[in-house]
Parts: sequence; structure tokens; C-alpha cells
Amino acid sequence: MINPVEWPLVGSLKAVATLFTRMCAGRETGFNLGAPSCIPIKSTMDNPTTTQYANLMHNFILKARSTVREIDPQNDLTFLRIRSKKNEIMVAPDKDYFLIVIQNPTE
Amino acid sequence: MAPKPQKRKKTKRAKTKMTLPVSEEAEPLNMESMGHPEIYPLVLTTKTQEIFNCRVEEDVTEEQPYKLIRKEDIFADFATRAAVSDFYPVKSIVQEYPGDELLLVYDRDFKYGLNFYLIGTEEGKENYLNPPELPEEQEEYKDHIPEETYIYKPPISKPWISLGSEKEIEEESVKDSTKQITYMISRKRSEFGAPIKFSDQNASSVKDAYIECTAYPDKNFTLKQLERDVGMQVVPQIKETSTQTRWTRPKNATTQYYPREFLEEEKEALGQSKTLTEFLNSVSTSVEIALQQNEIMNTFIHDWKCLAEEEGTFGDKTDTHLKEYQSFTDLHSLTEKMVTCVSWHPVIYGLIAVSVAVRLSFEERVHFSGKLLLQPSLILFWSFSDPIHPQLMLESPDDIFCFQFCPTDPNIIAGGCINGQVVMWDITAHADRIENIKAGGSRSKKVTLKPMFLLEPENNKEAMYIRHCAVSSIESGHRKVITDIHWLPDTFEINRLGNVFENRSGISCQLVTCSADCTICFWDIRPLKASTPQPQAEKKKEESIEIPFDIPSTFLHLDLSWKPLSKIRLSKGETTLDHCPTKLSLSEDNLLFKAQEKILAQSKAVKAGEMNPYQNLENALSNILKPIDDFCTKFFVGTEEGEVIYTDWKMERDPETGRFMAKKPVSLYTVHDGAVHTVQRSPFYKDIILTVGGWNVAIWKEGIMTGPLLQSCCAPKRYTSGHWSLTRPGVFYIGREDGYIDIWDLLEKTHEPAQSQNICITMITYIKPWTFSAKQQFIAIADYYGTLHILEIPWTLSHPSTNEVSSISHYFEREVKHLDYVEQRRKIREQEKREMELELEKKKVKTFQKSKEQLEAELKMDYESYLELEKNILSNLGLNKEKEAMSYMELI
Repeated sequence: MINPVEWPLVGSLKAVATLFTRMCAGRETGFNLGAPSCIPIKSTMDNPTTTQYANLMHNFILKARSTVREIDPQNDLTFLRIRSKKNEIMVAPDKDYFLIVIQNPTE
Repeated sequence: MAPKPQKRKKTKRAKTKMTLPVSEEAEPLNMESMGHPEIYPLVLTTKTQEIFNCRVEEDVTEEQPYKLIRKEDIFADFATRAAVSDFYPVKSIVQEYPGDELLLVYDRDFKYGLNFYLIGTEEGKENYLNPPELPEEQEEYKDHIPEETYIYKPPISKPWISLGSEKEIEEESVKDSTKQITYMISRKRSEFGAPIKFSDQNASSVKDAYIECTAYPDKNFTLKQLERDVGMQVVPQIKETSTQTRWTRPKNATTQYYPREFLEEEKEALGQSKTLTEFLNSVSTSVEIALQQNEIMNTFIHDWKCLAEEEGTFGDKTDTHLKEYQSFTDLHSLTEKMVTCVSWHPVIYGLIAVSVAVRLSFEERVHFSGKLLLQPSLILFWSFSDPIHPQLMLESPDDIFCFQFCPTDPNIIAGGCINGQVVMWDITAHADRIENIKAGGSRSKKVTLKPMFLLEPENNKEAMYIRHCAVSSIESGHRKVITDIHWLPDTFEINRLGNVFENRSGISCQLVTCSADCTICFWDIRPLKASTPQPQAEKKKEESIEIPFDIPSTFLHLDLSWKPLSKIRLSKGETTLDHCPTKLSLSEDNLLFKAQEKILAQSKAVKAGEMNPYQNLENALSNILKPIDDFCTKFFVGTEEGEVIYTDWKMERDPETGRFMAKKPVSLYTVHDGAVHTVQRSPFYKDIILTVGGWNVAIWKEGIMTGPLLQSCCAPKRYTSGHWSLTRPGVFYIGREDGYIDIWDLLEKTHEPAQSQNICITMITYIKPWTFSAKQQFIAIADYYGTLHILEIPWTLSHPSTNEVSSISHYFEREVKHLDYVEQRRKIREQEKREMELELEKKKVKTFQKSKEQLEAELKMDYESYLELEKNILSNLGLNKEKEAMSYMELI
């Protein structure tokens, strides 16, 4: 298991961007940051793709969260990963915001 | 059983006691079978009847049919008449008879078969004489054994003893309980059979016409229901209403929406908010872990699937040889010919075009020029279905050394002649002919609808000689043989200065040729805009040239007046000797394996539209074109001296003369020992080029200026042709001058060919592989003697293994790195060399500077140290001078 690296407290959006560009140095495609109303705040991809991802993911996150909660009300959704043939979509949800990262996992 | 007769008895006694010898006969017949064992039928003759006084109708009558005969009489009869006596059969019976008198009955009706019968027992006698009153006693007759005597006793009536049966009988009997009422109904006779009239009557109208039993509630039978099962359903209140809208006319309505987005300020504000940063902090670790996990390993990989090499091999895996499929030779030619260029038809299966040229050197050509003029120079179209007769023959003014199908229209062919002319053919009119060759001769026979024997073989198979459509102008074209010709792809166009423009016409309309006169020319097949009005006289002259009717007029505008768009001279600088290009390779060689789909689509489009863009070439010129920026205008050229030049076709302004001049080549390498005859880009990588020439092979990467990625060592035989494999990125085929083909596989060996196979006995002049399907791949090999061999490529050579593309690209990257490393090492080596030289020099200088005194002092010190050394050695050996004598003494 990988030891999670201790990241410094992120103070601003700019720092976040640098953080993720470091992540994107690998084979990642892009990420975007959405508000609860599923409107994207910041993204590395072009605008139409960003909005599309944000809108589609919003419903999916709500559904997933409600599923987890229905099975066990004490439980909550922490992370969501959708693996497809071409890439992997990872979503980290929160009560206010969510973060979507798209990565190409194949060697 | 016969019904029992009512018997009347008669007794007659027989008195004879004489015992006659009893014959051994069985018991005399008795009527036992009839139920009367005591009755013995007899026949009495009249004599006997007289004796015994039982004459028929006298003594014995119907009223009194019986007579009692005394036993003694019978015995006397026995004595007197012995066997003749009628009573002989019943002798034994008579003897045994207990009584005195036997009963003899006259059987008038022959009931028992004979006219008399005798009752054999007393009982029977009694029964006969006194028939019993009660019928039940007759039952006892059956049980009689003739030996027993039965005394008949008439039954005495006794009082009836009740055993209770009368009660049963009374119970069971049916008696009328009541007296039956009898009615007598009479009617008038006349009324019988009269028609009946029915009428209705209300029952309540007549009193007492009906009796009813009215229902009344009886208290005993009323039940009070205390529980009841009721089903309930909750239904929302639904109200149905309908409305009808008025539809006046159809109207288009559209909606357009756009997603909600934050404004920039809002985004900034949100970005600064604390909640966002907190969220990101909390989330970043998990996201990072997930990303790293994916980086480390692909957990969803299918190991089993990735383990397998091929999905399913078609054919034998060990079979790695090219299999001979067919070979074509032109048998009709008079002189010996060699094949100069081979090209598969891009669309039609099994059709291959071959250009042949006579096998003569320049001097011999001059010598035989008269004879050569009479023979046509041809491009032959061969089909798999017919190995003897070529399907089409394209005529050209002189031997063709290279030709190509147009990538956008396979009916247009451009070829380069030995005399420097560019020749164009248009075979659109004959396209049907060659398209229908697929099934062989049968289809064409159907078309002609003639029976077999009427068909003359030549009629059917006569190959068509097709004259060329246009040739380039002799003065302004090339001066020497055209060694290579290429169509420019339809994605871009070039103008006179070499600038690249967009190609709006969608067709390939430009050619590039290179020739032995050290020039590279660009040609355009579209008609030039009339810049200067031509004098009338010349026009008339041109018109007077009669064009044969069967030549399409596609390129009429070009015929004999075709000039190149631009000419580039590959000059070596100040010297007059220029580079002599033999082969070209442009940046986009799209003609290899992607061409098929493209051409099919385009030819379909053309057929549908019925407007061949090549017929309307004038339209194509009028478009105003947009220049393409950042287009790579560089290309590779192989020369006759064995050099590989990487140069640019864009012209630049020469600052001195102000004219446009060709740029100097970017790089130049001499790697081959002979003329370079193959410069070809890999179908898989845009920047890998294969050059074959002389005795070796080299692979280059565009952009790497330091040298070839791979350069093979000298082969034992000269390499005369080469081609990349179309499906395997690491395989290429090289033909040798002894008729062998070397198959190189970069994944297997890079220092020598993986395989070598003999094809023919002479030099291989051209190799061209072609893919028809995933399972069938052919390679066309042309040799010096004019034969074209078609071989089938086995599965192992045609099917790439998984990851082969990536492996080969890795290999090339490694080679690039290797080149870099070599370069660096070279630099380091030079550095080292320089340093070493410096040191040596320094050393020399140092030794020279020492002075004389120092030398003397040094020498002295050396000597002293030497003395010491000598002393030490001697003492170690024990050979010091003081002790010499003593040691000698000791020895004695």
C-alpha cells in the first residue's frame, strides 16, 4: 500500500492547480472542480467537455450516494471510480463540492 | 338332460334263473345317460313276445304298457334259447334282481330307442307303478344305483313347521296398503281427437286455483352479522378533463439552451472561499492515492488474454516461406524484356500492372533503335484468372521505367519514360472490362452469349492496346530517363514557388518526378490558365493533329505541351556534377495500405455523381486556395552515387541574383556503395525511412541528422530492390542480384536477414507486396528476365504479433538514443584524446627542464642506493666477504 504523501495545506486555488498539474504529469487527461449546483469552477479541459462531465457526473454522484446511504444510513460515499476501456474517471465528492479526475490507466 | 317323463310303472317278473355264461361285454346299456340308470331298453321279437305274453297291441297296449314278468320265466327262456334269448343282454341284471317279478314296459314311442324296456331295480319298479306325489321325490331317482333295491314309499303329509320363513315372506311381499282408488273417466267419443284449445288464466283470478307458501321471517333463523371482511384501496383523486386545441398551421419552433456557468468573478470568489480549500485538502490525498495506484499497476488487466500471442493462427505456424502462387510472362514479345516497375491495382482484386523494358544497354539501344521503334513499349495488366494473356496493354512512346496509379482515381496512370517524358493514360472506358475479370473467363463468355465452339479464342482474349492520353513536352521536361514518379496526395497543392496550399479539388492533381538529369520536377495535370494568348497559327496546327477516336480527351490539353510546374536542380554547389536522384520519398506516402478504402469511397462517389472530377479539371484551377502553414516541405532523395539527401522543395530567394533557387540540402549522407534504388517510408511510422542501395541497407529517422539508425554490413550479394512489409512494422523484403529475397525481421535479428529464399535465377528488379484481406497477402517480385512472380506471404510474416508496433518503435527510440550516445561518446573520446595529448606534451616539457647539478646529485643518490641494495642482497644470501673463509672451512 502506498504511503500517502503529506501535502501542505492548500491555501488557494492556484496552489491546487499546481498540485494537480503535478498529478497530471503522468498520463492523466484532466480534472475539473464542480460546485454543488454542478457548475464547474476550474478545469484543465475545454469548456464543453467540462460542462458535460460535470452535469453527467452530478446525477451519478447523487445516485451513488443515495444508494450507499439507503443500504446503511450511517455510511457515506467517499470516493467513486469508474473504469472504462479507454480511461478511468475518479470522483471525490463532498457535501459542497466535487472533484473529477480523468486518467488513462493503461500502460 | 331330457325332461323327466311322468312315469307309470309296470312290473313284470321274469322267472328264468338260468345262468347263462356272461359274456365279457360290459354292463348292458342303460339309460343312465338319460337320467334313468334302471331302464334297460330291449328288443323283443314276436317269438319272445308270445312266450311272455307281451304281444304288442294284445297283451301290451297303450293303456297298460307294462307287464310283470317272473324271473323264473326269464331263466327258463335262457335255458331254452340261450344266447338267442332277447333277454340275454340284461342277463346279469335279471340274475341280480332281488325281487321275483321284473317290470317290462312297452315303449311305444321308442322313447328309449327300442320297443321295450326293462326296469332293472325294485325301486324303479315301484316308482313306475306308483309315481310319487311330490315332485321332490323324483330327485332321488338319480341317486339310484341299479344294485340297490328301492322300496317306494309314498310321502306322508306332515304338518308344516314354521321356521320363520313366513315372516320374511311377509316382509318382502308387497301388498297394497290402501285400497287402490280407481277412476273411470269417460268422455264422449266424438271429442276424441278433436283439436284442443288452450287458454290462459290468471291464477289469482280464480279462487283457490293455487296454493302458496309465503315466506315469513322466522326468528329462529335470523343471524346477526358481527364481522365483515371489506377490501379497501386508496386511490388518488383523479379527474379527467380533455381539451381540444385548434391547429391553425404548422409552425417551426426551436429551443436552444446553454449550460449554466459561473461568471469569472463568481469563480474567483468561490476559488478563494475557505470551504473549497478545506474540501480540496480533505480530498487530495485520496485522489492522489487512486492516481498512483493506477500508475503502478493496471489492476483490471486480463493476464490470460495478454498472454496469448495470436488469436488464432491461420495456417501452419512453422511455415515461414513465401509460397509460389502464380507467375506471369509475356510470351508474345519478340525481344527479351525486363520488368522495371510493378504496381497492384489499388481496387480490383488480382490485377497487377507491370512495365517492361528491353534489356539493352545504351549502346545497344542506339544500335537497334530502328527495330525498337517498331515494337510498342507496354505496360501490361495481368490478372490472376489468366496467366497467359494480359488483360490490358498500355502503349507508350518509349520504355517506361516507373509508373503509378493515381490515388484518387485508379483509372488514371502516370508513367515516366526512358526519354524523359511523362506519359498519362486514362482507362476509364475500359474499366468495366478489367473489373469483370474477377471470375475468370466464364463471365465474359456470358456476356458474349455464344456457345463454346463458336468462340474464337482470340476474340475473347484479345488484349486491348490502349494508347496513351498525353505526354509531356519534350523540350521542357526531363532530358534523361525518369527514375521515379509520385502523385502528390490530394490533401495539398504546390505552386510554382514550392509553397503549399490547400487542395480544394479533392483529387490528386500533381505529380513529382525525378530523373537522371539531376532535376526534380513538379507537374500539374490541370490546364494552365491562358496567360499569353497563343497565336492563331499554332492553334490551327494543333487542331490539325487528328486524335484517334478512342482516346479520351481527359488530358488533351496536356498533350505534347505539358510543362512542369517547377523544376529543382540538385546541385552539389560549385561543381558541375550534380546529384543524380534515383528515388524520392515525400512526407506523405499515403499509397500503401490506406489507399484502398479511400479509393473505394471515392470511386463510389464518382459513380454516383457521374461527374468525374478529372473530366472537369479546369474547374479545379479557379479555386482560390488557402496556404497551409507549418507544412513539412522536406523530402528524402536517394542518388546514384549512394547518397541519401534530405532536402527542401521550397524555393528561396537567392540574395545575389534575386531569382528563386532551390535550397541547399539539409543533410547528406553517403552510406551506400551503389545507386540507391529504394527510398521508402514505413507504413507504420511517418518518420522512418528505408534506403536500399549497393550492398547494404539503412534505416533513417527523419529529424535525426547524425546518421542512420541502422546500417547493415555489406551483404555478399548486391541488393537490387526493397520494400517494407505492409502489415508487420519490423519486416522488410530485399531482393538480391542472384534471385534471392532476403526477409529482414528487426525483432529477430538486426545484423543479417532472418530468412533467405530463392525466387528466380536472375536479378530481382522490383518487389511490391499487397494486402487483399487479413488472411491473404501477396508479394509481387519482378525479375530481370521479364517474369513476374506472385508469391503468397505466410501467416507468420504477414500477421504482426501483439505489441509489435510498440516494440519496433521502442527499438527505434533505443537506436536514436544509441546514436546520441555514440555522438556523445565521440565527443568524450575527442576530449580524452586531446587531454592525453596535452599531458604527453607536458611530460616532455618537464623532463627537459632539469639542470646539470640536479642530474649529478640524482646520479649519486642512485648509486648509493644501488650499493645499499647490493649489500642487502649479499647479506641475505650469506655471501659477505668477511665470512667467506669460514664458510669455506665449514664446508670442508
